[in-house]
Amino acid sequence: MNGSSSAVAARPQAHRGLADRLRDGLPRLVLAPSFALILVFVYGFILWTLTLSFTTSKILPVYTFAGFDAYIRLWSQPNWHMALGNLAIFGVLYMTACIAIGLLLAILLDQRIRGEGVLRPIFLYPMALSFVVTGTAWKWFLNPGLGLENTMRNLGWESFTFDWLVNKDMAIYTIVIAGVWQASGFVMAMFLAGLRGIDSEIIKAAQIDGASTVSIYRRIILPLLRPVFLSALIVLAHMAIKSYDLVIALTGGGPGNATELPSTFMYSYTFTRNQMAVGSASAVMMLMGIAAIIVPYLYSELREKDR
Amino acid sequence: MSAPADSVSPGSARAARYFIYGALLVFALVYLTPLYVMLTTSLKSLDEIRGGDMMALPVAPSLDAWFRAWGEACIGVTCGGIKGYFWNSLKMVVPAVAISTLLGALNGYVLTKWRFPGHKIVFGMMLFACFIPFQAVLIPMARVLGILGMSNSTAGLVLVHVIYGLGFTTLFFRNYYEAFPDELIKSAMIDGAGFFRIFWRILLPSSGPIIVVTVIYQFTNIWNDFLFGVSFASGEGAPMTVALNNLVSSSTGVKEYNVDMAAAVIAALPTLFVYIVAGRYFVRGLMAGAVKG
Repeated sequence: MNGSSSAVAARPQAHRGLADRLRDGLPRLVLAPSFALILVFVYGFILWTLTLSFTTSKILPVYTFAGFDAYIRLWSQPNWHMALGNLAIFGVLYMTACIAIGLLLAILLDQRIRGEGVLRPIFLYPMALSFVVTGTAWKWFLNPGLGLENTMRNLGWESFTFDWLVNKDMAIYTIVIAGVWQASGFVMAMFLAGLRGIDSEIIKAAQIDGASTVSIYRRIILPLLRPVFLSALIVLAHMAIKSYDLVIALTGGGPGNATELPSTFMYSYTFTRNQMAVGSASAVMMLMGIAAIIVPYLYSELREKDR
Repeated sequence: MSAPADSVSPGSARAARYFIYGALLVFALVYLTPLYVMLTTSLKSLDEIRGGDMMALPVAPSLDAWFRAWGEACIGVTCGGIKGYFWNSLKMVVPAVAISTLLGALNGYVLTKWRFPGHKIVFGMMLFACFIPFQAVLIPMARVLGILGMSNSTAGLVLVHVIYGLGFTTLFFRNYYEAFPDELIKSAMIDGAGFFRIFWRILLPSSGPIIVVTVIYQFTNIWNDFLFGVSFASGEGAPMTVALNNLVSSSTGVKEYNVDMAAAVIAALPTLFVYIVAGRYFVRGLMAGAVKG
């Protein structure tokens, strides 16, 4: 469908009375409230946050201009560097593990499996849970003393130690584990849809040529799945940057600041440490990070549809 | 495509099948374990939890922890259980889902069947709004809700969820209506049907699947939201997720793991229920929200 030709374009333009004009304006009138809400509450608010990041705001917003002061303070906070470092560790491991496990499960499920209808929902149900529930469940499961550690010791592995939740060097990995548990089934569903969309003629042709299963996957199927890889990466990167609830529920950002992420940094500096300007500056940095990933993606997707 | 058929010897083919089923089964067990542990822990007594094994089945299953979580557990300073917060969530989610879905349907209708110059920019701006980190609007929103007198209220949360859900609901309906034949709209117009008549009589009756997808997507997202809840309504008006976090992370008194787990399961039940009865639509919503365009 062409972008500019609408269903109403054919309407004759002569003899337009007030009623006609109202009728023609009606669609835009219907859309207007939603668009106005988005303009004000999304774009207006972003500008407002941006403004605050250039002020001296502490517990309440004030509008005394302070230049890049808040940004300088932000980037001199060890906590912020901790948050960025943690986001890098979490983001890379989370995306890699989700894609590896998701792809593996999708390929396994695609082998004409009996009971696929039972297995698929099992891999996907964590996605229906809230991050707070996931965090609560894993906090208990990994509880040093009563959780996994205790179970392994009861099984006879007396020296088994698993204290990652309270170990400041390892705590960030518990967030990776819980995050991967929650989202990998979703990635599986994306890959499975991709696999089912591949034309089986291509595969048959390769088999006739005597290609082995492994090389069919490596040389034909995986390259065809490239768009799915891209989508999965974008979605996961976006989820990683926004991750907040899971950290709060699982570790509360601790022990100490060991699992601080930009999202928890922004919240605590704004609402509990009364450094609103620094909090706003960190929010602006988060927005820029997400925009750098999402805008090119949306742009190419919207443009592709035009052709 | 569904799997290249194996062209190897029957023996190694059978070994491969065993490996595939074995691997899938192991993964399934791993994915189910946290849910199993949550459920069994919620049915145990505290003594059994402290003295026993997390993986063991409860010796004397009891719903005590569930009743305590629902009606007696202490959240903050009040000890009335999570039931009040459960209702808060329900009172928030029903209007927020209904309003955002209806607006999304109308927006999608306008953006596909009544296009105007600049419709693309409008849609692009609504789409980008889906992805912003909400931290970027948190402070202004808190101020505005305060000015409107809607802080710590369900009405305030409904407003917030409607606004920040609009991008997704519009996206869902736009993509669905894009495939709807223009000819039907045109012939209805020739018959004299107006804007709303065409919407009610022609588009809505055939929108069943996308309405289900949108409602489920919005319901899951809004029910599971934590950031908006904790930022704008952390007191008596808090939603279920915030209350659950307060309950679990409180450091006063004896830690009642069984009550924590019961509360977590109760918080998860509505979305799990929706997932079990309408999983197909749930997945479609996720995919539509992920693979744009």
